[in-house]
Amino acid sequence: MDYFLQQLINGVTLGSIYGLIAIGYTMVYGIIGMINFAHGDIFMVGSFVALILIVALGITAATPVLLLILALALVLVVAMALTAVWGWTVERIAYRPLRGSFRLAPLITAIGASIALQNFVQVSQGAKNKPLQPLFSGSFQLTDGGADGSGFIVNLSYIQILIVVTTVILMGGFTYLINNTNLGRSQRACEQDRKMASLLGVNVDRTISLTFVMGASLASVAGLMFLLYYGVVDFYIGFLAGVKAFTAAVLGGIGSLPGAMLGGLLIGLIETFWSGYFSVEYKDVAAFSILAIVLIFMPEGLLGQPEVEKV
Amino acid sequence: MQARKKDSLLVASVKDSLGAAVITFALACVMVGLRVDVASGRGAELFLEHRWLAVAVAVLVVFAGRLAMNIFFWKREDPPSLNLSGLLPKGGMGGGSSNVLKYGLVVLAVALPFALMFWLGARGSRQYIDLAILVMTYVMLGWGLNIVVGLAGLLDLGYVAFYAVGAYSYALLAHYFGFSFWLCLPLAGILAAFWGVILGFPVLRLRGDYLAIVTLAFGEIIRVVLLNWYQFTGGPDGLSGIPRPSFFGLEFTRGEDGFASFFGLDYSSIHRIIFLYYLIFAMALFTNFVTMRLRRMPIGRAWEALREDEIACRALGINTTNTKLTAFALGAMFAGFAGSFFATRQGFISPESFTFLESAIILAIVVLGGLGSQIGVVIAAIVMIGGFEFFREFEEYRMLVFGMIMVVIMVWKPRGLISSRTPSVALSRNAKGISADLVQEGHG
Repeated sequence: MDYFLQQLINGVTLGSIYGLIAIGYTMVYGIIGMINFAHGDIFMVGSFVALILIVALGITAATPVLLLILALALVLVVAMALTAVWGWTVERIAYRPLRGSFRLAPLITAIGASIALQNFVQVSQGAKNKPLQPLFSGSFQLTDGGADGSGFIVNLSYIQILIVVTTVILMGGFTYLINNTNLGRSQRACEQDRKMASLLGVNVDRTISLTFVMGASLASVAGLMFLLYYGVVDFYIGFLAGVKAFTAAVLGGIGSLPGAMLGGLLIGLIETFWSGYFSVEYKDVAAFSILAIVLIFMPEGLLGQPEVEKV
Repeated sequence: MQARKKDSLLVASVKDSLGAAVITFALACVMVGLRVDVASGRGAELFLEHRWLAVAVAVLVVFAGRLAMNIFFWKREDPPSLNLSGLLPKGGMGGGSSNVLKYGLVVLAVALPFALMFWLGARGSRQYIDLAILVMTYVMLGWGLNIVVGLAGLLDLGYVAFYAVGAYSYALLAHYFGFSFWLCLPLAGILAAFWGVILGFPVLRLRGDYLAIVTLAFGEIIRVVLLNWYQFTGGPDGLSGIPRPSFFGLEFTRGEDGFASFFGLDYSSIHRIIFLYYLIFAMALFTNFVTMRLRRMPIGRAWEALREDEIACRALGINTTNTKLTAFALGAMFAGFAGSFFATRQGFISPESFTFLESAIILAIVVLGGLGSQIGVVIAAIVMIGGFEFFREFEEYRMLVFGMIMVVIMVWKPRGLISSRTPSVALSRNAKGISADLVQEGHG
């Protein structure tokens, strides 16, 4: 039971990270109906930006707590802004010229952009793993392992709390943004009917750009969280994380924001429990199989609307 | 009046270029300007390296380049037209003008090893023939994938899985049962086709990009299984000592019953290389031949119809399930053949050779060459694989450039370099081909 609880905590943390990335997939898919294959690599760029900023600001575990939190908030904001520029640029260069072209074309450029981003980071930052010393080391002990000390000690670390809390705050913020602002309204309009929206005075190109910007900045938050949680990044983390987050988006129902979050949580939990109870080696197989199974049997996902095929 | 207009052009250009420069700075300031590295010796501490000069250069280059483009092309009222399309060969498989090119390439391919031997001798030509074998392997893979992507319009991102199935089939059959290459070649093809059906069956209902991502997942699953099933596949160590092919029972060895002594030649290791070259050449030609024949059969027409419009296809009573499955299975079969050839050529295989990047390269060959165009695949394979080898010294940069080229070519010519969707059958003799420019939106 205690072991289960620990896996649950770890799974929710991992799931928050996947959920943040999945939002980028789901928003882009909702609005232009394409898989932004480079999104996983935008997440990777985001985590690199965060790492560089942390090193540049000289943040270490020795920094006083209040200052540490402030500095991390600064890192978060700057990383979000800079990664957003990356997301915008990828959209501008690789996707916008192909709008209205045949459907496979943007997918191919997305793969190209993904390869280019990965190798750009490999060239500019080197291929080595970049380990970061943990910044928060404390944790709450939820169970003490029983009276005789034979039980399993369940830890809830500060960093896990930080990740989940940040995710919840950001999710709330973005839900508000989509539901209650002009930008969100034009976004939903473009999602329903791009041509009609443009006739009604919505700047479609700008809305799509902003969608990419939002997705990229959320991905950079996920990148920072990933960095703080695992303490190591390399140029290749984007691929696996991207596929898993996409799985999360599909599982939750593509195009649906709460769905992406729910899917992220589920994927995180499934992956953690799978590695906790079955085998660590095959945890990626578990995630990929879920992707295939969901797409085959339940393509509209948990919270999505069924897609109507139009001629 | 004239002066004012010119002024505003300049001002607009400068503004636009400044914007681009600012964005470049935002992109580059952290990711290029600072490099985080692990200090050696002092534990795992991270430190930063500064490269502000590179950022300045990048910003200046973008500013100047954008300014020049703005002034001379984009913001002018009469931009000089640069039509490079004429430089590329027109037409797809059936085009009359490409016949010369086609037979020229075949003759060149046949003559290549001897020409190289003549000029460079056995020692010097070896690396070039090796390269030609590699290119030929990719041509074959490209043609195989062309059936799935180019003809049937199903985007398959996990094609390399079938390549892996073929390679491992041969290696494992040879390892456990001692089967020879010639027995394993068809078996590997059949096994790969079988996997094609197994993987293809569940994904038939999916549309283009969903299909793509599921095939990607399948490709990764197969790779991860190969990587972790240590007892059976050797895991990350791979399988080595895969037997070499024989020439109708003649081994390429020194000695009495070897190939060289049978034909009364002096033994040379180049014989096997040349044999491998002709082997893959024949296999590639076989792939092409089968594809071309199938295109003229009802199944091939069904593929093309499926590519253009699946709903219309169903309305016409075409069994889309069977059509898709045959495309998947045939594509997989050729990948299986190529895979067992790869295994026998290398003598060693490991999951390292079957990553997603490999799938992306094959897909890029097909797509950049022009979907459905056989000659385009050849040209793209030669340019791309040749380019990779040519820039081998710039190991780090070539994949970066590869990714960027993929984007640029797709933006420039979304239908690929040789873009034509020549239907295999047309109503009147005059209506031979539909140029890509006329085909707007197909649900490909």
